[in-house]
Amino acid sequence: MSDIYDIAVVGGGIMGSGAALRLAEGGMRVVLLEQGDIGQGASGVNAGTLSLQIKRVKLMPYALRGHQEWKRMGAEVDYRETGGYTLAFTDREADLLHERMTMKQEAGAPISFISPNEVAVREPGLCRKVVAASRCPSDGFANSSLTGRYYRHRLKAANIDVREHCSVAEIHRDEPGFTLQTSTGPVHARRLLLACGGWLKQAAGMIGLDLPVRARVNTVSVTERGPRLVSSVIGHATGLLTLKQKGNGTVLIGGGWQGLGQPGEGGNRGRVDAESVLPNLRLARYAVPGLKELRIVRSWTGFEANVPDFYPLAGAAPGVEGAFLLGCVRGGYTIGPFISKLMGDFILGRETELPLFDPARDFTKEIQL
Amino acid sequence: MAEQQTAIIDVLVVGAGPAGATVAIEAASAGRSVIIIDEQKAAGGQVWRAKSPAILSAPPTPESRAGDDLRQRLSTSEAVCLFDHRVWQIQPVDDGWMVALTGSKGPKTITAQTVVLATGAQERIFPVPGWTLPGVIGLAAATALMKGQMILPGQRVAVAGVGPLLPFVAHEIHRQGGEVAFVADLNGFADWSKRIPQMLRRPDLALRGAGWLARLRAAGIPLLYRHGIRNITGDGKVERVEVGPVDDQWKPADTKATRSFDVDAVCLGHGLAPATEATRMLNCRHHHDPALGGWHVTTDDLGRTSIAGIYACGDGAGILGAAAAPVRGRNTALAVLADLTDKARPPHSSATGNLRSVSAFGRAMTSLAIPRDGILDQITPETIVCRCEGLTRADVEAGITSGGISPNALKSDTRCGMGPCGGRFCQETAAMLTARLTGRRVEDIGLPTGRPPLRPLAIEVVASDFDYDELPIPAPAPL
Ligand SMILES: Cc1cc2nc3c(=O)[nH]c(=O)nc-3n(C[C@H](O)[C@H](O)[C@H](O)COP(=O)(O)OP(=O)(O)OC[C@H]3O[C@@H](n4cnc5c(N)ncnc54)[C@H](O)[C@@H]3O)c2cc1C
Repeated sequence: MSDIYDIAVVGGGIMGSGAALRLAEGGMRVVLLEQGDIGQGASGVNAGTLSLQIKRVKLMPYALRGHQEWKRMGAEVDYRETGGYTLAFTDREADLLHERMTMKQEAGAPISFISPNEVAVREPGLCRKVVAASRCPSDGFANSSLTGRYYRHRLKAANIDVREHCSVAEIHRDEPGFTLQTSTGPVHARRLLLACGGWLKQAAGMIGLDLPVRARVNTVSVTERGPRLVSSVIGHATGLLTLKQKGNGTVLIGGGWQGLGQPGEGGNRGRVDAESVLPNLRLARYAVPGLKELRIVRSWTGFEANVPDFYPLAGAAPGVEGAFLLGCVRGGYTIGPFISKLMGDFILGRETELPLFDPARDFTKEIQL
Repeated sequence: MAEQQTAIIDVLVVGAGPAGATVAIEAASAGRSVIIIDEQKAAGGQVWRAKSPAILSAPPTPESRAGDDLRQRLSTSEAVCLFDHRVWQIQPVDDGWMVALTGSKGPKTITAQTVVLATGAQERIFPVPGWTLPGVIGLAAATALMKGQMILPGQRVAVAGVGPLLPFVAHEIHRQGGEVAFVADLNGFADWSKRIPQMLRRPDLALRGAGWLARLRAAGIPLLYRHGIRNITGDGKVERVEVGPVDDQWKPADTKATRSFDVDAVCLGHGLAPATEATRMLNCRHHHDPALGGWHVTTDDLGRTSIAGIYACGDGAGILGAAAAPVRGRNTALAVLADLTDKARPPHSSATGNLRSVSAFGRAMTSLAIPRDGILDQITPETIVCRCEGLTRADVEAGITSGGISPNALKSDTRCGMGPCGGRFCQETAAMLTARLTGRRVEDIGLPTGRPPLRPLAIEVVASDFDYDELPIPAPAPL
C-alpha cells in the first residue's frame, strides 16, 4: 500500500470541508471524498441565516465564534451583517419571545428588546401587527449557494486531494487504519472522519455503529427580484420564519418547515411538501405584506441531521479507534466553520478552544458542557 | 385556505394538447373519473392552438380544423377540464398523487390515482450576439402569436435558425401581409433532401412545405441555406441583423461573406426540446437521445415512467410531432386503464397504431434540429447566455473552469438557470459548454434537480386569504 493518507474525510459539506482545511493546516495529508459536488448538500441549499436569535442557548458560544469566522470569509460568501429582528404577533408569542431571548442574552448574544413602534420605523416593510420584538445587531446572512465554490477553491489551495462524485459504499478496518471502497476505487487512510450530514447514519453503519440519527427535511423558497421590502433578517418568535432580501432583490423564505423524503431516496435531496410550504409563505406574507406583489420562483429542500437531544455529534466514534464523527449541528451553517476547526484540532491531538460533543453520550440526559 | 377536494379521481392529465386530450377522452369514455388541466384557455396545445375570439372568422387551416375536432370531442366527453389553471406541484400521498394548482379562484389541490404528464415541448433558442434585444422572438412563440391572434412579430422580419418552423413562420408572415427580409437556415439543402423519403410518408405535409417554399421564392425572399445570424444590433430594439455562412457543423465560416439587413424583428429558433421540469421534479428516470430532442423522461412503449402511477406522453416523452401525439395518447390511456384495473400485476397491453409510421415525419423534422457542436461558436464571450441573470458566455465558462462542472454546481456557483425561467433557455447551452470544456459528452453532464413551482407562483394567490390563528404552527424548536 503505497498511497496511504493520514486521514480520509467523508462528506464535502461545511463540516467536512472545514475540518479537512484544519487538518491540512496541521500537517496531515488529507483526502476528501464527496458523493456529489462539494457543498451541494445542506451546506449549499440552506437559508444562509446567521442568526444568534435562533441558536440554542448552550450552542451560543459556538455560534458567536461561528459569526467571527463568517466575518473573515466575507465577500467571497456574500456575508452581510444586517442585524435581525424577531417578531411576535400574539401575546403568547410575546411571552415565548421574552423567555427565549432573555436566556440567549444571558448566554452572551447581544440581543435587546425593542418596541413595535421602533420596529416599524426601522423596517417600514413589516406589518403593523407586531406586539413584541427583539433585535440582534450582529445577525445577518451569507449566500449558501457559494459554499461549494468557496470551499472548492480553499481545499485546492491547501493541496487537499478532493474527489467529487466519489461515493463511499463500504469501510473496512485494516492495518494501519481503514480502506474505503468508493465508486471510483479503494482509498486507504490511517484515520477517518465521517462528516456526512443527513447521510451520517448510513455512513456510521459502515463502521458498525447504529446511531439514533434522523434527518429533518427543511424547506426554503425564493421569490423573483423585487423592490426593497426589508433590509435585515426577519424571524418569528417560534423560529418558524426566517426571511431576508438579498442584494439582488430576491427574498429568501425559510423557517424549518418540513418536506418529504429521506437521504438515499430518489434524487437524494428530499422533496417539497405543498402542505408545509404554503403556511410558510403565509407566515412570510403576514410579516411582510409587500410580498404579495412577488412570485415564488423556486422552493427546495435539504437534509439536516439530528440526534434525540438535538446537540451535535462531534468527537471520537465510540469503539472505533481512529474514527471520528462530525454532524447533527443545529444551525450548522452558522456554527460549521468554527466547530469544524475544533474537530480538526481534536483529531490533531490539540486542546480544543471549547468542548466537543461526545458521540458516546447518553442522548436522553441533559448535556453537560 | 386552499379549496380542498375530497374524492380521489382516477386520472389527472396535465397538458391538453393532442396527446393529453386524447388520454383524457379515452380514459373518460372507459368510465374513469378524469380531470385535465392546461394553463391555456382551451385545448389544442401548441400545435392545434385555439384562435382567440377576436379572429374566429379567419379562414381555417389543417391545424385549426384538427384542433376544433379535438376540442369538440373533449367537450362532449365526461372529462372535467380546468383551463387557465397552472399546476405548480405534484407529490406522492398514500393513495396516489396530490397535485397543487392555481387558477382564477385561488389555490386548489386534487388527489389522483394516476397522473399523466403531457406537457409537450419547449422552444430551444441558442444565443447569438444581440438575441436579448426587444424584437427578437422565438419561432414557436411567433407561431403562437400568429396562430392564436394573427399578430405579426414585426413589419420587416428576419427568420433564422433550424427546423420546419422556418418556412412555416416565414410563409405565415408573408401570407398575413408582413415582409420577410430573409430566411437563414443553418441546415444546407443536402440536410433537407436527405430526409425527403421520410417526409414523403406524409405527402400532404411535404407538399404544404414545398408550397410555402415555392411561394417565398416566388416573392423574391432570399432563402439562405447553411447560414446563421452573426449579430443583431439596434438602439434598444432590433434594427439590423447580420447573417453569414456556416460550415456543416454550423460553425460560422468565412467572416467576409456576411450580409446586413435592416429589420424590426427577428424570429429565431433551433427546434424543440421535451419539457422535463415536471418529470425531473418527480425524480423520474430520464435519458438523452438527440434524435428525440435531447433529454426526456424515459418511458415504456405505453408511456409508463420509472415511477408507478406517473405516465408521460406526447412531445414531453421525446419529440415525435403532432401526428404521433394522439397515437401516443391512446397508448398511454391503455396503460393507465390497464394499471388502474389491476394494480398488483400490470397486464401486458400492446401499443395501438403504428407509432413508427405516424412519427416518421416528426422524426425527420426533429433530426433536422439536432444541435451541432459548431453552434457554440456563434456565441461570442460577451453574448448573454442566461438571460434571467444576465450572465455572458464568459461568465458561464469561468464557472465551469473553476469547478462547477455539474448542472447543480454550475447553477449555485454562477446563478446560471436560477431565474424565473428555471433554466429553460440556458440549460442546454450551459451543458454543451460544459461538455466542450471538460471533454465529456452532453449526456454525461446530466440535468439539474427539478424543483417546484413548475410555474412561478404568485404569493398573492396562495398566501393572501388565511386566518393567522389557523396557521398550523408546529411546536418551537428546543431551546
Ligand atoms: C434547507 C435547510 C435550511 C437551513 N438553514 C440554515 C440556516 O439558515 N442557518 C444555519 O445556520 N443552518 C441552517 N441549516 C443547517 C445547515 O445547513 C447544516 O447544519 C449544515 O450545512 C450541515 O453541514 P454538513 O457538512 O454536516 O452537511 P452537508 O452539507 O449535508 O454535507 C454532507 C456531505 O456528505 C456527503 N456524503 C454523505 N454520505 C456520503 C458518502 N457515503 N460518500 C461520500 N459523500 C457522502 C453528502 O453528499 C454531503 O455533501 C439548514 C439546513 C437545511 C437543510
